Amino acid sequence: MIKKLKNRTDLENLKESILKKKDKKKHCIIVSSGTCGQTSGSEKVIEKFKDEIKKQDMGKQVELKVTGCHGFCEVEPVALIQPEGIFYQKLKAEDVPEIISETIVKGKVIEKLLYSDTETGKKIPYEKDIPFYKKQSRIIFGNNVLIDPTSIDDYIGIGGYEALGKVLFKMKPEEVIEEVKKSGLRGRGGGGFPTGKKWGFCRQAEGDVRYVICNADEGDPGAYMDRSLLEGNPHSVLEGMIIGAYAIGSSEGYVYIRAEYPLALKNLEKAISQAEGYGLLGKNILGSDFNFRVKITRGGGAFVCGESTALMASIEGRVGEPRAKYVHTIESGLRDKPTNLNNVETWANVPMIISRGAGWYAKIGTQKSKGTKIFSLVGKIKNTGLVEVPMGMTLREIIYDIGGGIPGGKKFKAVQTGGPSGGCIPEELIDLPVDFERLAEAGSMMGSGGMIIMDEDNCMVDVAKYFVDFLREESCGKCVPCREGLENMYNILAGITEGRGKEEDIGLLKELSEVLSEGALCALGTTAANPVMSTLRYFPEEYESHIRDKKCPAGVCKELVLYSIIEEKCNGCGLCRKKCPAKAISGEPKKVHVINQAECIKCRQCFEVCRFGAVKIE
Amino acid sequence: MINLTINGKKVSVEEGLTILQAAEQMGIRIPTLCYHEAVVAYGACRVCLVEVVRKGWPKMVTACNYPVQENIEVNTNNEKVIKIRKLVVELLLARCPEVKEIKDLAEELGIKEIRFKKKNDKCILCGLCVRVCEEKMGITAIGSINRGTIRDVATPYNDNSDVCIGCGACASICPTGAIKIEDVGDIRTIDKWNTKVKLRKCETCGKYYAPVPQLDSLKGKTSVTEESFKMCMDCRRKKLENTMINAKKSKY
Ligand SMILES: Cc1cc2nc3c(=O)[nH]c(=O)nc-3n(C[C@H](O)[C@H](O)[C@H](O)COP(=O)(O)O)c2cc1C
Ligand code: SF4
Ligand code: SF4
Ligand code: FES
Repeated sequence: MIKKLKNRTDLENLKESILKKKDKKKHCIIVSSGTCGQTSGSEKVIEKFKDEIKKQDMGKQVELKVTGCHGFCEVEPVALIQPEGIFYQKLKAEDVPEIISETIVKGKVIEKLLYSDTETGKKIPYEKDIPFYKKQSRIIFGNNVLIDPTSIDDYIGIGGYEALGKVLFKMKPEEVIEEVKKSGLRGRGGGGFPTGKKWGFCRQAEGDVRYVICNADEGDPGAYMDRSLLEGNPHSVLEGMIIGAYAIGSSEGYVYIRAEYPLALKNLEKAISQAEGYGLLGKNILGSDFNFRVKITRGGGAFVCGESTALMASIEGRVGEPRAKYVHTIESGLRDKPTNLNNVETWANVPMIISRGAGWYAKIGTQKSKGTKIFSLVGKIKNTGLVEVPMGMTLREIIYDIGGGIPGGKKFKAVQTGGPSGGCIPEELIDLPVDFERLAEAGSMMGSGGMIIMDEDNCMVDVAKYFVDFLREESCGKCVPCREGLENMYNILAGITEGRGKEEDIGLLKELSEVLSEGALCALGTTAANPVMSTLRYFPEEYESHIRDKKCPAGVCKELVLYSIIEEKCNGCGLCRKKCPAKAISGEPKKVHVINQAECIKCRQCFEVCRFGAVKIE
Repeated sequence: MINLTINGKKVSVEEGLTILQAAEQMGIRIPTLCYHEAVVAYGACRVCLVEVVRKGWPKMVTACNYPVQENIEVNTNNEKVIKIRKLVVELLLARCPEVKEIKDLAEELGIKEIRFKKKNDKCILCGLCVRVCEEKMGITAIGSINRGTIRDVATPYNDNSDVCIGCGACASICPTGAIKIEDVGDIRTIDKWNTKVKLRKCETCGKYYAPVPQLDSLKGKTSVTEESFKMCMDCRRKKLENTMINAKKSKY
């Protein structure tokens, strides 16, 4: 039977009894099974672990813990064996019996399941020594490893809801706001607005009803830190919201969650009902006179629904479309009431700031950007995954030390940060410390924390076209600069990449960029020119060769490249002939092959398969 | 009263006015397309963009829905405003090269050529039809559909609307003439909405005079007479005149 906690002591006692029940001598096998883990087959591995533990009768010696994502998506499914800290990667169900019989029973490390260093190839047995983890500061995300997200007791066991207890009984709402202000926490949803200041405005806004909302729409296709937090540690987000609601003076909150996040939704629903069960949500929280409840709204399925006014319209059941914010949503937001919206990761930072103190938090990061930020590393990078680093870490450290660098011996070219409307930062700026200010100065932004790594094989005009294409489709289409401006920007970029570029196109792109950033209604439009402006700023020569010489230096734009076989290098192995899907390559065995230009579909297959470097792209 | 400066002139206007209204009071014209005083401002066309300097920070805002604030400086036609406004209109002109309203505005701003790919749309997506239908008629028969470049205004699923009352408010507010209404026999067709509604026949002269659902929607409203549900305007007027003449006659 779940008993409501009537005061802080109840919470403390509960924590103690949870910790007492823990058998410290037991091994713990931690398997990460967020959405990313599940796609790599974690569920089969987990089933096998359950079976094997039963079969080998190890129930007393070992505990199996299924957690959310640990961040190292490249090598999922993973298992962490505690207390040793042994890290096994890329697991299959077949590997499981051996883990039990060798590692758990005999204490032996299984070599073949270990991670090998991308540089040296050396096997690394312990998680703490893996470079991917070593340089991170996982103060928020690290808890994912410690808890089963479907168990509120696990969360309470690691100190969960203590911060809530502290604010309810030891702090006035104004003091909570002051503390968050002092911590320097800024919104993780993109804009970086100081969180404490926002709460303060909302508290002061006129009105009887106030709402708090958690933005879990996460529409950026390359980012998934919010999903991973909600899947792996939903209570931390809830606790943040309850504390925020107390500070602001709100008794009703919403989580606006992206429709395509079934596991996050499930874990969050469960977390809410568990918190209600313990009296951590609902009436008279922890016996205080503070009431707060949280409802879930499922997202409208569009990128633009993550924008604050569109999100609020969507919760009200209207079309998710932005409106002018000349009157701020903190004064008149959801149902025209003062509304405070924060991002998932922002909320997740709050309990820690309260428990450990603003002073501790403010020591992490740079002068104006405090704390850590979770980034998703994707694209041409060895270690794909979610990484949490202190603000101010350089791009080089993130990409090379943590990300392991670029695969296939290719050369790093640029990193696109901040989601679809972020900018591309070139190699010259690899030592840029990553924080809100530096990214903006470089013509990009923090945005959601997406980082897409690009190498020498990426054409920057093509990259700009790709993002503009995404944005023109995701624009709500309400205002002229965004709807018509992006369509024309796309037309011009498509023309350039297809060999129809004209000298005056660059000027037009700049004019369109200006009308977007100055004239669009919402931030989708006002930031949409970043991909174009940043590539024009850092890679003007690529635009020029497309326009003037009708050449694509990276060999990406199909209309601008010719594939041919270098006679001297071809030894007639015939591999390209066999692989060419268009049957455009002919040649006798052991004789020089040729590509029939009329048939060639420029798919790059021949270039990729030739072992003698005999295929030329120009 | 709120004190502000517009184009260098100091003014004092009522609180709650928009920059557009304040400028109008001073006789300063700011072009608009999606604005209409009958409905709530929408901020979509962006042709009313002006520059506002507040606490030293300049930014572009839409005059039609920006409330006047103490001590702001407004520029309705400086170089930057004109440049952006011209580009917005050029983009609209590329979308709708045949629409008179846009052509006139382009001429007023001195736009000589269209540098973008031309389309041939009639609708500028100003949303006036949607707003008048919802706010003034209380019907909401139409709304915006799709996102981005394929956005449109339409009935749900583009089907014949069964809530449209055929009043034609959308067509009369539309600045571009994108909504055509045609009455043939007992049927009114609103092409853009794929919608047909029945017309009522005047009991006296036999002319089809008003959409049945519109008349039905007026039933029970005190200001509407029972007769208007049976007779066209002309016959009602005639009848009224006759009664008055008869009344006069009987007086003598
Ligand atoms: C087009 C668009 C999409 C957005 N999508 C999201 C999103 O998915 N998640 C999010 O937290 N913020 C998103 N934002 C930012 C929000 O509008 C808002 O600034 C943020 O949620 C505020 O929270 P914060 O102060 O904690 O960052 C988006 C903004 C725009 C313009
Ligand atoms: S900027 Fe784009 S997304 Fe925002 S309101 Fe305008 S059309 Fe819609
Ligand atoms: S049909 Fe007319 S009123 Fe309706 S959105 Fe289009 S231009 Fe505006
Ligand atoms: S008239 Fe102001 S935005 Fe259209």
